[in-house]
Amino acid sequence: MNIYQISVFLENRAGQLSEITKLLADNGINLRAISIAETSDYGVLRMIADDAERASSILLEQGNIISMTPVSVVAVPDRPAGLSEVLSIIAEAGIDIEYMYSLFTHADDKAYMVFRVDGEEKLSSAIKAHDMEMATKEEIGLK
Amino acid sequence: MAKYYQPEIETASQEQIRAWQNERLVEQVKHVWNDVPYYRKKMEEKGVTPDDIKSVDDLYKLPFLTKDDLREAYPYGLMGKPASECVRIQSTSGTTGKRVVAFYTQHDVDLWEDCCARAIVAVGGTKDDVCHVAYGYGLFTGGAGLHGGSHKVGCLTLPMSSGNTDRQLQFMTDLGSTIICCTPSYAAYLAESIYEKGIRDQIKLKAGIFGAEAWSEEMRRDIEEKLGIRAYDIYGLTEISGPGVSFECEAQMGMHINEDHFIAEIIDPDTGEVLPEGEKGELVFTCITKEAFPLIRYRTRDICVLSRKPCPCGRTHVKMSKPMGRSDDMLIIRGVNVFPSQIETVLIEQGYPANYQIIVDRVNNSDTFEVMVEMSPENFSDSLKKITEMEKSLVGALKAMLGIAAKVKLVAPKTIARSEGKAVRVIDKRKI
Ligand SMILES: [Zn+2]
Repeated sequence: MNIYQISVFLENRAGQLSEITKLLADNGINLRAISIAETSDYGVLRMIADDAERASSILLEQGNIISMTPVSVVAVPDRPAGLSEVLSIIAEAGIDIEYMYSLFTHADDKAYMVFRVDGEEKLSSAIKAHDMEMATKEEIGLK
Repeated sequence: MAKYYQPEIETASQEQIRAWQNERLVEQVKHVWNDVPYYRKKMEEKGVTPDDIKSVDDLYKLPFLTKDDLREAYPYGLMGKPASECVRIQSTSGTTGKRVVAFYTQHDVDLWEDCCARAIVAVGGTKDDVCHVAYGYGLFTGGAGLHGGSHKVGCLTLPMSSGNTDRQLQFMTDLGSTIICCTPSYAAYLAESIYEKGIRDQIKLKAGIFGAEAWSEEMRRDIEEKLGIRAYDIYGLTEISGPGVSFECEAQMGMHINEDHFIAEIIDPDTGEVLPEGEKGELVFTCITKEAFPLIRYRTRDICVLSRKPCPCGRTHVKMSKPMGRSDDMLIIRGVNVFPSQIETVLIEQGYPANYQIIVDRVNNSDTFEVMVEMSPENFSDSLKKITEMEKSLVGALKAMLGIAAKVKLVAPKTIARSEGKAVRVIDKRKI
């Protein structure tokens, strides 16, 4: 049931990002979320693909350096202060967030945030204890 | 003003020099045969005994020594005197295996300092000069050699060591330094700083002795113009003694080798055959007066040319050109010897592929040093922080191994240029 994020090593070279997204698109992979962290010399492209396993083998075949990381996707109530509530729950549970970004996917009453934390189980229990939900693979269109 | 430090030696006839060399070589070969088992074994393997060496004409019969021998014999294997007879060691940068540790008796130190004194007098130095030594002090031979030479000449010696440019400039202006000894790149940097501070009129420098790294005629003109001095080259290596193995005279056309202490040969680096005078090849030195570290036919890997054409300065000792390159893959970056294999070792230790590229350039007269390293799956993660930490650890390990800092550039796999299937490990853009 784990949701896996794919990270790809990016050199600071014009066009590398579009090469990767094109490669995945040409192979019928849909991206649900994407985020980039970078220094002046290199970067890390993080993404949630609809078919993580296939996407990762395509990327590896093309010689990319990748890593797979389990992440937590929280269904954030789509109302004022929704995100802030989620963040306070996480903070109160004493969980450190390494980084977060949002999914393109959106439901009528919720938005989805990807969290990279130390202690996913703990995060999931804390969220559920506050009557909020973790996203399922199905609802965000993952295989 | 004295023109020479030891006139009777520096202007001796070619015959006299040859006679000294013959006599000293014969004695030196006996010395290593008796006292350096490592070299004796090499001689035995080649079927040579001291009886076969009657003059310099027989030198070619003796086996070479290389950096590999130094590594194998490290640290005591090539000593010609017991440690109790030695008073000093000097060393090159670099870690075990690449580091050279040389030993000196008091006699060795004396003769080495004489060589440096000759170099100082050759640039016009006298006891009235203030000699500013901005080479590194410590294990490095640069500071120690010129310091000793300056004492011998009787200059007021400023043991500045390297770095702390503001302090260098303050001493230079307050104490009126007239001769500066440092690396050419540091000289260029000082010249730049003096220009920026607008203190050129407070500087009394007249000459500079610059060595330990390669520099061009263009750089010489640049330094001379900016500092209003004459800039002279000096050559040496720790294995042979240090700076002062050869030095430039007022003619600024090649460096006189101190032939009463060192016999120079030029060989074909591939066959080891001795080449006739005037041909370009690898420089080989035999130390004929050294006691504690008496290297015979040591291959420097420096490519150059020797010339016995009469020199206007009146010195009769053979002149060597500036080294024109290396017969191995060693690079000299900011005065420090760097072997690509050292970088490879660090990369493997740190979990990066051994596919790398070194890019060296010279910007504003200072060497830039960048290592392109391919990211590896082991060292990659989704966390930028972790990658940056790994990178920092790599930079630290390189600095520890090489003794100088390199800029690391992480690149994607298979992006490092290859030519004809062979990876290009070094791109040296410096125009020297
Ligand atoms: Zn001369």
